[in-house]
Amino acid sequence: MDHAPRPDPAEIWGWLSEVPDPEIPVISLTDLGIIRGVEWQDDTLVVTVTPTYSGCPATSIINLDIERALRERGIDRLRLERRLSPPWTTDWLTESGREKLRAYGIAPPIDGTAADGRLAGRVSRLAGTSNLVIACPRCGSTKTEKVSQFGSTPCKASYRCTDCLEPFDYFKCI
Amino acid sequence: MPSLPDVMTPDVERLAAQAPRGAPTASHIDPHLAGPLVEFLMRTGDNALILGHRVSQWCGHSPALEEDIALANQALDLVGQCQLWLGLAGEVEGRGRSADHLAYRRDAAAFRNVLLVELPNGDFGQTLMRQFLFDAFHIELLRALTRSADPRVAEIAAKAQKEVAYHLERSADLVIRLGDGTDESRARMQAALTYLFPYTGEMMHDDAVDRALADAGIAPLPSSLRADWDRTVREVLAEATLTHPGQTYQHGIAGQGGGKRGVHTEHLGFILAEMQFLQRAYPDATW
Repeated sequence: MDHAPRPDPAEIWGWLSEVPDPEIPVISLTDLGIIRGVEWQDDTLVVTVTPTYSGCPATSIINLDIERALRERGIDRLRLERRLSPPWTTDWLTESGREKLRAYGIAPPIDGTAADGRLAGRVSRLAGTSNLVIACPRCGSTKTEKVSQFGSTPCKASYRCTDCLEPFDYFKCI
Repeated sequence: MPSLPDVMTPDVERLAAQAPRGAPTASHIDPHLAGPLVEFLMRTGDNALILGHRVSQWCGHSPALEEDIALANQALDLVGQCQLWLGLAGEVEGRGRSADHLAYRRDAAAFRNVLLVELPNGDFGQTLMRQFLFDAFHIELLRALTRSADPRVAEIAAKAQKEVAYHLERSADLVIRLGDGTDESRARMQAALTYLFPYTGEMMHDDAVDRALADAGIAPLPSSLRADWDRTVREVLAEATLTHPGQTYQHGIAGQGGGKRGVHTEHLGFILAEMQFLQRAYPDATW
C-alpha cells in the first residue's frame, strides 16, 4: 500500500477555504468560521466543525461538502467531529468574508451587538425599531429600517433601505 | 462514497476530559442522578420540539410573508435545539434511543413538555403571546443552565441561549406593538393573555426531579427563575398596555396532572398524530 505524504494542515485549510457555504455560496466554510480544527491523528484526518445555528439545515450538506472536497484531494481516512463549545459566533467571520457578503448584497454583522435576552429596563425602546445602524449594501445609505428579526434564514434579519428602496438581508450578530 | 460518520453524537470523551473535577460525565454519572437527568433533558427537549412543531404549523399561513419566514426560522431553531437535548437524553439513558427515536416513537404520556407549548396556535396574537410567555422563561432557564455542573448540558444551553435571545426580542417586540396597537389587536392580545396565563405557572413549579438536579448543581430550581420571568413579563405587558392577569388558577401543578409528569391536554395527541405519522406508518423509513 502506498503511503502518500500526509498533506500539511495549513494546506488542508487552504482547500477548505475553497468550499462554499451551501446557502451563501460567495463565502467559504473558513470565511464563516465554522471549521474549528484540522489535525492528523495517526493516519486519520480529523476535521472539527461547529454548527452555526442549532437547526441550520445546511449542517449536513456542509459535512458532505467537506468530505467530498477532501476525498477529491486524495484524503480517504477522514473523520468529522462536531464541537458545540464555544458556540459559534459571527465574530469568527473573516474580514474577507464580510466584504464578500457586502458585495453579494448582504450587510455583514456588526460585532458586539448580539441580542442578550435581557429586556428588563429597556422595553420602552424595544418595539418596532432597530437600535442598529445598518448600511445598505447596495447604495451605502444608513437610512434603513428593520422589517423582521428573521430573514430568509435564521442567521439573517430583513431590512429595507429607505433611500434606494431595496430590501436586503442583514447577517445578524450572534 | 462511504457514508459520513455520525457527527451528531456528542464527543463524550472530549467533554469528559474538559469536565471540572467531580462533575458528572456519561461514564460515571451518579446512578441516582441519571434518571432525573434524563427526565429533565426530555422536559427541556420536548418543550422545544412541541413548540417548534406548533410554530412550524404557521408555515404558509401567516398574515404576512415576513412573519411566515420568521416563524418558520424560529421553529427551525427550536427543533434544532430539541435534537441536541433529546440526543443527550438518549445518550444518558443508555438504551440506544436516538433523538429521532424519542421524538417519533413515544406516545403522549411519555412526553414531558409543559402544557403551555402544546396549546393550539389560535390566532397570530395567541401564537405570539404563547411564544413570549415561554421565551421569557426559556432564556432564564438557558442562562442558568450555562453554569450547569454537567458540561454537556452547559454547552447545549450556551448554544441555545444565543438563539433564544433573538426569539425573546422578537416576541416581546410584537406583543408590545399588537397590545399597544388597534382596538382589535389589543383585544386579541388581552384575550390570548387571559387564556394562556393559567398555563405559565407549570414552567416554574418545582418537583422532585428539579430538586435532585438543583442539589447536584446540574439545573436551577424552576422557582428560582420566577422573579426574572415575572419582571420581564410585567414590563413588557405594561409597555403593551395590557392588563396583567394577576393571581389566577394554574394548570398542571395541583394533583397528579401536568405535562412535566406526562399528563397532557387533548391537544398533544393530535400534534403527535401529525408529527409522528410517517415513522409510525413506515418505521425506520429514510430517504
